[in-house]
Formats: sequence, structure tokens, C-alpha cells
Amino acid sequence: MKRSESLFAIPDFSLSPRIDQVGAEERASRFTKRSIKKESKLNGLKLVLNMIDLTTLEGKDTEGKVRQLCYKAMHPHDAVPGIPTVAAICVYPSMVKVAKKTLGDSGIKVASVVTAFPSGQAPRDVKIRDTKFAVNEGADEVDMVISRGKFHAGDYNFVFDEIAAIKEACGDARLKVILETGELGTFDKVRRASDIAMQAGADFIKTSTGKIQPAATMPVTLVMLEAIRDFYYKTGRMVGMKPAGGISKSKLALHYLVMVKEVLGEDWLNNHWFRFGASSLANDVLMQIVKEKTGVYQAANYFSVD
Amino acid sequence: MAKAKSNTLKLNFDTSWSYAPAPENKSAATIKKQYDLFINGDWVKPSGNKYFDTINPANEEKLSEVADANMADVDAAVKAARNAYEKIWKKMPAKERGKYIFRIARMIQEKARELAIIESLDGGKPIRESRDFDVPTAANHFFYYAGWADKLDYAFPNRLSEPLGVAGQIIPWNFPLLMAAWKIAPAIATGNTVVLKPAETTSLTALKLAEIIQESGLPEGVVNIVTGAGATGAAIVNHPDINKIAFTGSTEVGKIIQRAIAGTNKKATLELGGKAANIIFEDAPIDQAVEGVINGIFFNQGHVCCSGSWLYVQESVAKEVIRKLKDRIESLIVGDPLDKNTDIGAINSRQQLETIDKYLNIGKKEGAEMYQSSCSLPGKGFWCRPTLFTNVAQSNRIAQEEIFGPVLAILTFRTDDEVIEKANNSPYGLSAGVWTDKGSKIFNMTRRMRAGVVWANTFNKFDPSSPFGGYKESGFGREGGLHGLLPYLNLIN
Repeated sequence: MKRSESLFAIPDFSLSPRIDQVGAEERASRFTKRSIKKESKLNGLKLVLNMIDLTTLEGKDTEGKVRQLCYKAMHPHDAVPGIPTVAAICVYPSMVKVAKKTLGDSGIKVASVVTAFPSGQAPRDVKIRDTKFAVNEGADEVDMVISRGKFHAGDYNFVFDEIAAIKEACGDARLKVILETGELGTFDKVRRASDIAMQAGADFIKTSTGKIQPAATMPVTLVMLEAIRDFYYKTGRMVGMKPAGGISKSKLALHYLVMVKEVLGEDWLNNHWFRFGASSLANDVLMQIVKEKTGVYQAANYFSVD
Repeated sequence: MAKAKSNTLKLNFDTSWSYAPAPENKSAATIKKQYDLFINGDWVKPSGNKYFDTINPANEEKLSEVADANMADVDAAVKAARNAYEKIWKKMPAKERGKYIFRIARMIQEKARELAIIESLDGGKPIRESRDFDVPTAANHFFYYAGWADKLDYAFPNRLSEPLGVAGQIIPWNFPLLMAAWKIAPAIATGNTVVLKPAETTSLTALKLAEIIQESGLPEGVVNIVTGAGATGAAIVNHPDINKIAFTGSTEVGKIIQRAIAGTNKKATLELGGKAANIIFEDAPIDQAVEGVINGIFFNQGHVCCSGSWLYVQESVAKEVIRKLKDRIESLIVGDPLDKNTDIGAINSRQQLETIDKYLNIGKKEGAEMYQSSCSLPGKGFWCRPTLFTNVAQSNRIAQEEIFGPVLAILTFRTDDEVIEKANNSPYGLSAGVWTDKGSKIFNMTRRMRAGVVWANTFNKFDPSSPFGGYKESGFGREGGLHGLLPYLNLIN
């Protein structure tokens, strides 16, 4: 195999495809026109619930809080049978151990944010130690942030090398790379950052930390899904997608599902390749599932907050 | 290794999670069993007492029957229009005229849902389009021209304008209500009266519009709507007391009209066929360009005179663009026009389906490669899968002639000059599209393109304030915008 054909031949990222903002927004709004009714709605809602990374990323997080969240992850709403679990719990590295222990063999993954989340403003060796700590504590998945400052300065090699180094530190853990699209400014840059992350070894690309507004939007997610599609055709390698932050309603989550279905198709319509990073989405989905099953809405008080 | 694999990679759009049917409720629309002619503010039986059926092209079921107007009926309509013009409409203060037109616009909005349902039932277009495009844009045309009614002195400063008189208007079946709005709104805003004939396969929304006009209290005879086929149209064109012919339809019929009115005082506006070049350069935002191509050709089943049916892709990105187009047409939903998830509805008539099928065969015989989406089609009704032709040559008939269906001819090019020459190498010149991220190239291309509308990094965008019309055999005169007033006015002194 020639070097130039290798998966690891690094392209010139300044040549990443350009994105027309108006066109991308128009296309994204088209997905919201799909009408999701009846069994298609119920199945969609269950799929959404099963794709959630139930998240708590607060300075005041404690083991008690994380334990409660883990129980919620395993038993979202036992009052109604046949409800799936969420995909994963997403916490800070210091909470990985307790989460792992509480979740036991439930199959629910533990994801940890790393690399001086959310700013990423730390030296590389600190970021690598941060990552190794989370993995050693038992994290199945690692959510890193890219160095947006270096990216804006045009130092794409730095960003690439950093992601590759973290990927190496992950071992068997799957790596999600947070682009923090709210800080990137244009879709051109979102596309470029997506290409860098995937080429450097990301298993997932993720929109946001949830700490910056705007977080996930449909157009930004569309641009990333299309980057994933192009990368797949170029390399044969699948990369997952995780929009995070700002998706708190079922209806919006179903629109995202429509987008995945129509841009990437069947292979990505599962929680191995698509996730929602969200804290309050789960209860809205549960409320809608119960409504679909019983025909009436229950009050919010019937659904546990944690 | 991965690279070798990429030839066999395929995305699977046949997903386990699918959309349940989401049909719009048919009973929200009222369709009468029979429709008479709308003449002088009243419903009048056709003097020949003849009616013809109008069917739903999605299932071939009869929806209603519509009066067939003969020469005597057209004459009665023209007399009513003349009478209303001389006695009421041209004397009425312009701001009063405007009020009536505003009222019609509001009533279209109020009845939007019903109009959308009927448009989809009678014409086969998806409800998403009739609901989100046809009906709101029709209302917008009335709003826009209502505003001009008392401001004509500002449209043509230091000129005095007067209306022409009675306008005979003949409209096509692809945007039945919207074309009626395009024709009626500027005509009556400028003080003319109207005899309008909708296409014989899609008369129902024009007749619903007649009901709205009647209910609006517009003075009797200002708008008359007569239904029928070619003979009725000919009666309008040849009527001696008509001052202006406005026609949208085929170039073939446009030429017949042009011959028929030669030597008369009748003014004319003709909006005819097209074969729009849609040009993708290698520096284009490819994913958005692909989406634009999809909207350009598959909007309204490709029954669009300005549809982007003639795609030029720069050779260096041709493979990628074609792969993306193939993926994209797999996610287009073809089926029941009333289903809210339908992207492509029924072909408007059996006759049109035969025309499209004829061209599919021509394309195959010419050696082009045909690719169609794998979607299934309903058993009854008139349907055509979204179709791409690759390896098309400039000299192929599918690259030169208007197909008026969901069929895209894809050609490649190398340089800017080459593509300009090829894109202008057509008897038509209605619209065109350019896709590039480079601003200077947009200006260079659009200036040299001989087409009435040139879209840059978008396609099929319409607005009442924007003029629309053709070069060459795509017709003459402009509709929409300030330009759309002029064909209905004489400027004096």
C-alpha cells in the first residue's frame, strides 16, 4: 500500500470542504417537517431514550448524586414496563469509580469528560494524565475537548497531535472528541475540526460541552453528520455522533433521529453510533412514552428528577 | 486498504425505524360534485351543457366534473369583463381597488388548509409543497400587488399610466392556484379586468379561488373564470375584445398564440418552457449544492418550467456529486400526495407520464446510464421514480429538450468558458443556477448566462417582489415585482 493511500495520510485540513450556511440551515429545517406519528413515534422515543448519555457535570457533584443518577439510568421509569435504559452516564473523572460500581453489570457505559474539560486550557501531559486516570478508574468512554485556541490560530497539527495522543492514552476506551462548535464561529470551521478529529482517531465527534451557548443545533449536527459520511466513504471507517446541550424536548430529539436516518441510514441508528448528551431530555421522553401508551399526559411529578 | 474498499461501501437507507403514514385529512376540504363557469360574479351553466371529469392523478378516481366553456361562454365572460372594466373597475379610486385585493389575499390565508388539500388532490403534488409553498406564495402575490394598486405613480415616476382593458389569461397545470395569483393579482391591481382559464387537469383551486372572489365582494365581472381545454383557450386568444394575452405553458402553444395575435392590437406576455443549466464548480459547497440540485429537479415532480433539469458538474468532483445524488434520492419518499412525509407525489396526468416515459426510453437509447431510486410505487395512478441520467452528451435529446418530470441529465465540464458556452447552447433561457464558494466567479458566471433568473448557491427561490421571465424561446415579459406591473399598463406622456 502506498503511503498516500493510507488511512493515516494526513490531509491539508485548510482544504476541508466549504459549507454554505444558508443551504445547511435550509436542509436541517427540512428534517423538522417529517411527521412522526403512532408506532413510529413510540419506537423513535424508545430509541432516543436508549441513546442518551445521562449527564451530570457540576462542581457540586457528589457520590450521592452520581449514585442516584446511575439508578435512574438503569430504571428510568419502572412504573411502566418495557422501557429501555439509557446508553451511558457521563461524569467527571473523580466520579467514574462510583458510577462504575453502581452500574455494575447493567450494560450501561460510563463516560468521563477529560482534558481539562470544559476549557481544555491545560498542558498536554496534564490532559494525558487526566485521561489515563479516568480510564484506570474504569471509564468505558472518554469525552475530550479540543484546543479551540490553537485551532483558531490555525495550528491544526497541534490539535491533530493532541487528539492522537489522547486516543493513545484511551487504550480500549472509546474516544469522543468535543469540538465546542459554539466557539468555532462558522460551519466551515466545524467541518474542518470534524475532519481533524476523525482523521486523528476519534470514535465519536461531539458538538459541545454544554457549558457554552449555542450548544448543539440541528444545522451544526448536520454538518458533522455529513463529515462522518464523507469520512466513511473515504476510509471505510464508521465514526459516531453525539450532539450535546440544548436538546431537552422529545420532539426535537425525534427531529435529530430523522436527520440520522436520512443522512447516514440504518447503521448509525443505534446507541453504538449515535448519542444524545443531555440531562433533562430523558424525563420528557418518558412523559411522551407514557402518553403514547396511555393516551394521557401525566404530571411531571410522576417522573423522578434524578 | 480502506480506499480500495470505498467502491463497495454503501449506506443503508432501508431503516428499521420508519415513518408511519401521516395523511392530511381529506374531509377538511369541500369539493362540489359539479362546477359551472364563473362569469359576472355568478355561477353559470355552460351553454353547450358539456362537462368533463377532473381526476386525482394519485389514484385515478374522479374528484368532480367541470364545465367545458365554448366560444359563446368565452364571449359572455369577455362581455362581463368589458362591462366591469368600463363601468366600475377603471373608474374606481386605486386605493379602493387595493382593498379588495388585500381582502382576497387574507381570505386565501384563511382557507389555506382547504386550498392546499385540493391542490394536492387535483394535481398530485405533495401536501408539504402545496401547504408550505403554493398557497402561501399565492396569498403573498395578492398582498404584494394590492400594495402597488395606489402607488403606480411611484412605480413609473413622471409617467402617467392607464390599464389596458380586458386581459385573457391562460395558465398551466403545474402550479394551478399560484399561477392564477401570478396572473390575476397584477392585472386587477393595475385596473384591468380578467378572463382566466385554468388548465383542464387542474381547474379546482382556480374555481375555489372564484368562490373566494365571490365571497370577497369584488365587483361582478372583474374576474371571470372559464374552464375548458385547448379550444376554450383558443376562443380567449382569438376574441376580438381582449386587449392582452398572458400565457404560461409550453413553447409550442406559445408560438401558436403569437401567430394568432399577429396583426392585432393585443399585447402579450408569454412564459414558456425551459431547460435550466445548474452548474456545480469544484469549489462549491458540495453537500448544499447536491441538496440544491435535488430541490431544483424534484420539486413538484419536476413539473417546473424553471426546474434545474440540466446538471453540469466540473469533472474533478463529478464522481462525488453523483454518489451523493444517488444516496440522496434513496431518502426521497414517493407516494400519497396527501401524506405529510411525501417528497414526490404523482405525475399530473397520464399524458405527461407518457411524455416522461418516452424520454426515459430516448435517454437509454442514446446510451446514457439511467439510475432510479429503489422506492416502490403505488399500483394505481401516475408515478415516476426519481431518475438520474449520467454519461449524458450535449447532443443527447434528454440534454436539450424539456422533459417536465423528475428526470435529471448529468453532464461534466472542465473550464468556466466551456460551461458557459454549453449552458447557453439551448433554445431556452428561463433560469439557471451556479454553485461556487467564490464570489467573483458568481458575478462572472451570472452576467454571462442568458437566462431570466440565475440563482447562485440556491435554486427555485421565488418571491412576489422578484421578476420572473425568460430569454429566447422561454418567452418574453416579466411577472412579479415592479416589472410585473408594466405588461398590464400603457405608459402615456
